[in-house]
Amino acid sequence: MSILVDSNTKVVVQGTGRAGSFHAKQCQEYGTQIVAGVAPGKAGRDFVGKPTFNTVKEAVEATGANCSLIFVPAAGAADAILEAAASEVELIVCITEGVPAMDMIGVKRIIDGSNSRLIGPNCPGVITPGHCKLGIMPGYIHKEGNIGVISRSGTLTYEAVHQLTQLGLGQSTCVGIGGDAIPGTQFIDVLKLFAEDDDTKGVVLIGEIGGAAEEEAAQFIKENMKGTPVAGFIAGKTAPKGKRMGHAGAIIAGGKGTAKDKIEALEQAGVAVAPNPSEIGKTLASLL
Amino acid sequence: MNIHEYQGKALLAQYGVAIPQGIPVFSAQEAKRAAEKLIKETGNEVVVVKSQIHAGGRGKGRFKEDQELGGVNVVKGAAAVYEMAQRMLSRTLVTHQTGPTGKVVNRLLVEQGIDIDREVYVGAVVDRDSQRITLMACAEGGVEIEEIAAATPERILKESADPVTGLSAFQARRLAYGLGLEGEAHKKGTAFLLSLYRAFAAEDASLAEINPLVITKGGDVMALDAKLNFDDNAEFRHHQWGDLRDDSEEDAAELEAKKHDLSYVSLDGTIGCMVNGAGLAMATMDIIKQFGGEPANFLDVGGGASTERVTAAFKIILSDKNVKGIFVNIFGGIVFCDMVAQGVVDAAKEVGLAVPLVVRLEGTNVEAGRKIIAESGLNVTTADDMADGARKIVELSR
Repeated sequence: MSILVDSNTKVVVQGTGRAGSFHAKQCQEYGTQIVAGVAPGKAGRDFVGKPTFNTVKEAVEATGANCSLIFVPAAGAADAILEAAASEVELIVCITEGVPAMDMIGVKRIIDGSNSRLIGPNCPGVITPGHCKLGIMPGYIHKEGNIGVISRSGTLTYEAVHQLTQLGLGQSTCVGIGGDAIPGTQFIDVLKLFAEDDDTKGVVLIGEIGGAAEEEAAQFIKENMKGTPVAGFIAGKTAPKGKRMGHAGAIIAGGKGTAKDKIEALEQAGVAVAPNPSEIGKTLASLL
Repeated sequence: MNIHEYQGKALLAQYGVAIPQGIPVFSAQEAKRAAEKLIKETGNEVVVVKSQIHAGGRGKGRFKEDQELGGVNVVKGAAAVYEMAQRMLSRTLVTHQTGPTGKVVNRLLVEQGIDIDREVYVGAVVDRDSQRITLMACAEGGVEIEEIAAATPERILKESADPVTGLSAFQARRLAYGLGLEGEAHKKGTAFLLSLYRAFAAEDASLAEINPLVITKGGDVMALDAKLNFDDNAEFRHHQWGDLRDDSEEDAAELEAKKHDLSYVSLDGTIGCMVNGAGLAMATMDIIKQFGGEPANFLDVGGGASTERVTAAFKIILSDKNVKGIFVNIFGGIVFCDMVAQGVVDAAKEVGLAVPLVVRLEGTNVEAGRKIIAESGLNVTTADDMADGARKIVELSR
C-alpha cells in the first residue's frame, strides 16, 4: 500500500504546453497511467499518445480519470484547479509556481468544501516509487519501500530521498506540499494518511521557516504517531528576519516561525531533527 | 514589492480610505509651493514634512549629516517648509530598519497638519493560519506594535474575511468597537476598515499597515501613515505597479537578479551560494554557517534555469566584492547538471575567476555535468555531497 497515488491512478494533465508534455512523458515512462490532456480549443490533438479534451469534465467522462496534474501558467492555475474540483477529480496536483496568494485564498475556500484534495501549488508533486510518479521529481533516485516523506521544498526532498535510497531505505510515498503561504494540503493532512498506512513504517518531515505548520505537525505527531519513527529537518536557521527566501512561505515575520521554534517543537514531540541537511537519511536510519 | 507612503495613501484613497491632504515633492522649491497650496486650502499653518524611503521608523530615525534631525518634521508656514526640505533632501536617513548605511532621501511628502485626538493601529495580512485575509486592530497605535503583539497578543483584535463575501460589516463594526470608537467616529472607523479590506483584496496586497490610524479632534478617522506591500506573483494583472516601483530603493544586485528571474537576496557574509530550489538554498546557507562560514547571499536559480540564467547568476555573485569563495550546490531534477556546469564554466571564463570555487552536482545528467567541469581547465574543487562541499569552501575561503 501507499498513500494518495498508486498503479491504479489515472491522470489527466491540464496544460499541454512544453512543460506539461515533457513531464507527462517522463511520468509515463516511469509507469504512470496518463490518460488524457486538457487544453481549451485543442480537443482531438495527440498528447503523449493520448487524446486532448477541451474541458476536464469531458476528459473525466471519457477516460475515468481520478487525478489531475496541473502545469497551467500562474495566471490561469487557480482556474484550472477549480475546474478539476468541479469535475470531481479526487486528487489535484498543481506544479505551477507563482500563483497569487489572493487566488489561493479563494481556491482553498472552494476545495475545503469539495470532494477533492489539492497538493501544491509550487510543489514537485507526489510519487509512490515503483508505481506512480505524479510530478517533476527525478524518478531514478527513488526506491520502493516503507518510509513516508513529506516536504515543503522540492530539491531538499530530492536530497533526503537520495540519502534514504543510498542507505537502502525505500519510500512508501513522497509528498511535496509546496512552499507557498496558502498550500492546498498541510503537513498534518499528509501525516494523518501516513499514520493510517500499514506500509509506512517511518516518516521524514522536511520543513522550513515561516508559518506554524511544523509546530502543528509536531503536535499531531506527539498525539497520534507514537511508535512511528519520525526524522525531521528545518531549513532556514540562518535566514534573516523579514526577508523573503524565494518561497512565499519562507519569511520570518514578527519573530515567529523561526527555525529554532520549529526544531524545539519537533524535538519535544519525539522527532529526531537532523543537525544538517546531509544527515537527514542517517538520522532516520538511526531510529530504525 | 514595496512602495512609498504617498503612493500607498493615494492608492487607498481610490477605495475611499480617508487620508490627510498631501503632495509628494522632489525639491525644496516644490515643497514650498505644496505647503502654500495646503495652507491656503486647509487654513492651517501647520505642515508635516515626511521623508519618503522604503523603511519604517522614520520619525525616530536620524540623518547621518544632521544628528539633531529626524525623518518626519512638523513646521509652521511655507518658508519653514522650504528650509526643512533643504535640510532633508539628498541627506541619508538611518532608522532601525535601514541598517547603519541608511537610505538617501530623494522624495518628501508635504502634508497638512492634523489635530490628533487618539492614535490606534490597523493592519491587514495574507494570514497563513486562517488561510484568509485577516484584519488586525489595536487600541494602542503609534507605539511599537511588535512589542505589544509579542507581550500581550490578546490586545491585537483580529477578523478574518471569507473570500466569498469579503470582510463583513459586522466584523468591521466589532473591530471599531474594540478600538473604543463611538458615535460618528465608530461609523467612520467601520467604513475605513471596509475600504481598507476592499483595497487590499483588489490590489493583491500582501501586507498593509496603518500606524497610526488617527481620530482627529474634529471626529474624522484617517490614515496618518500607510505601508503597503504587494504580492509579486500578482504583477501580471497590475500593470500600474511598474510606475510605483522606485528602483533607487532596491538593492542593485537584487534588481539585476529579478531581470533574469532569479531569486536572490544579498547578505553580509563572504561565501557566495548558487543553488536550485529555495529550501535547498536555505539549507546550504545553514550548513555553510555550521562549518564556520558566513553566506554572502541566498540564490535560487529556479526550476527553469538555462545556461544563460546560470551565467547571469554567477556574474551577480561575483559582483559582490565581499565574496571570497563560491559554492555551487545543484540537485538536478528539472534542472540538468550539464546545463548548470556549462553556465558556470562560461561565466567563469567570461568574467575571470579570482576566488575559490567548489561545485557539488547530483541528480539529472550528473555525469555529463562533472565531465564539463573536469575538462574546463578551471581551478574547481568538486564535492561528494553538500556537507563535503560546505566544509571545503569554508576552508578555501579563509
